[in-house]
Amino acid sequence: MTTALYDVPGPKSKRRHLLYGAGSTVVLLGLLGWLVYLLFHTGQFTAQKWTPFLYKGIQELLLRGLGNTLRAFGYAAVFSLALGAVLATGRLSVHRPVRWVSTALVEFFRAMPVLVMIFFIYVALKAEPLTALVAGLTLYNGSVLAEVFRTGIHAVERGQGEAAYALGMHKTQVMTHVLVPQAVRAMLPTIISQLVVALKDTSLGYLITYEEFLHAGKLIAANLDYGLPFIPVVMIISPIYIGMCMLLSWCAHWVARRQRRNPKVEAVEVGAAEPGTLLPGGP
Amino acid sequence: MNVLLDNLSLYGEGLLGTVELTVYASLLALFLGFLTAACRVAPVRSLRAFGTVWVTVLRNTPLTLLFFAVLLGLPRFGLVLPFQMFAVLALGCYTSAFICEAVRSGINTVPVGQGEAARSLGMTFPQTLGDVVLPQAFRTVIPPIGSTLIALAKNSAIAGSFSVVELLGTYRTLSELGYSIIWTFIWIAVGYLIVTLSISALFHVLEKRWGVAR
Repeated sequence: MTTALYDVPGPKSKRRHLLYGAGSTVVLLGLLGWLVYLLFHTGQFTAQKWTPFLYKGIQELLLRGLGNTLRAFGYAAVFSLALGAVLATGRLSVHRPVRWVSTALVEFFRAMPVLVMIFFIYVALKAEPLTALVAGLTLYNGSVLAEVFRTGIHAVERGQGEAAYALGMHKTQVMTHVLVPQAVRAMLPTIISQLVVALKDTSLGYLITYEEFLHAGKLIAANLDYGLPFIPVVMIISPIYIGMCMLLSWCAHWVARRQRRNPKVEAVEVGAAEPGTLLPGGP
Repeated sequence: MNVLLDNLSLYGEGLLGTVELTVYASLLALFLGFLTAACRVAPVRSLRAFGTVWVTVLRNTPLTLLFFAVLLGLPRFGLVLPFQMFAVLALGCYTSAFICEAVRSGINTVPVGQGEAARSLGMTFPQTLGDVVLPQAFRTVIPPIGSTLIALAKNSAIAGSFSVVELLGTYRTLSELGYSIIWTFIWIAVGYLIVTLSISALFHVLEKRWGVAR
């Protein structure tokens, strides 16, 4: 590992690092042990709290919740990709009013907390929870994706567009045949990372009583007959949630590695596998 | 308009709640973020592993789930704190993972030659770090940290649904009082815009003052 921070260690520093390593391992293991002790000490592993998960009804409740989470994610992903494409087209338009309107929309929806939009649609427009959740996620992620698409188009080397114009293509052809394919390939890692954000945010549905995964967990956790198994519920739900998000994040990294070797994206710099919210030049 | 004027104190309380949450959670996130970033670039393997696990897990955790685990789970351990403190803990830990990544990639943008040159001039480790590497890294991390803190301010809205006083939560009281819901939300939106635009302006100033000259 080369870094500007320190040299390749010699024998003496290697011994010192080993010592530090041993010390910090002991401290970290100690913390872990303390946590496990706390779990046992406060009685989180009693049969009363864990047997409910063997019941068919409880398992079905959790699976239904997971299904609802995935359904909301599916809708939100498809709609936000579509909205992102529309808004990006608007922002790149040559007609000034169209550009203004789409810029205003994108900037507004990116600056608003996604939860405010979801609550607005749920409370003020009296929509169904699923509709409110999907609409809120679509507005927010669609605006971010619009910025991702636009950044991608601008990242394509200028010569590409110029060459296409020189061949006599008109602006729609230049877009659809030259710029968009390269931009989408280069921005695929960022697009997938933004979808991870959408997947994580489906859990906001819990706050508007959409019957998703966390909501199912809460129903089980609040049951007095099972001894209020909050910790067991968290221990079962979080690996599944985190696992799904990690899988998708890993996908983004894999695509990024692949696209960097892809000769079709030589004229664009491949975007990082980071959510579009962290794009340079914007919140 | 009179939704705002009639309930100025309620709005003020909500806005103050959001600002407090944002400031405290930012401080916690910056502290934890720098700490874990230091772990991730350390020459000690167990610290690096800890940093990687911290970042990977927290970046892939839905914030609502984290709030759920912290606000409803931690009291099961017998840990009783004010709700606001729990919310700061959840928001700070979540955001620290993003700060850590920003800082780490900032450090990685400093060319290896800079550190090598500093060492060949006979600078000690603290000198290399404090006078050469970190000032350069600091310049490149200003914009991403700004974006991350803006995201934190927006995420603080979740706390309102977990009985913490903040801006979005005020809509409940107001709709019970029978005010127009649309206007209530418009003023809530304005409040959030004030917070996020202030952070954005602050980081704009920082970037102007210290940012990389391109």
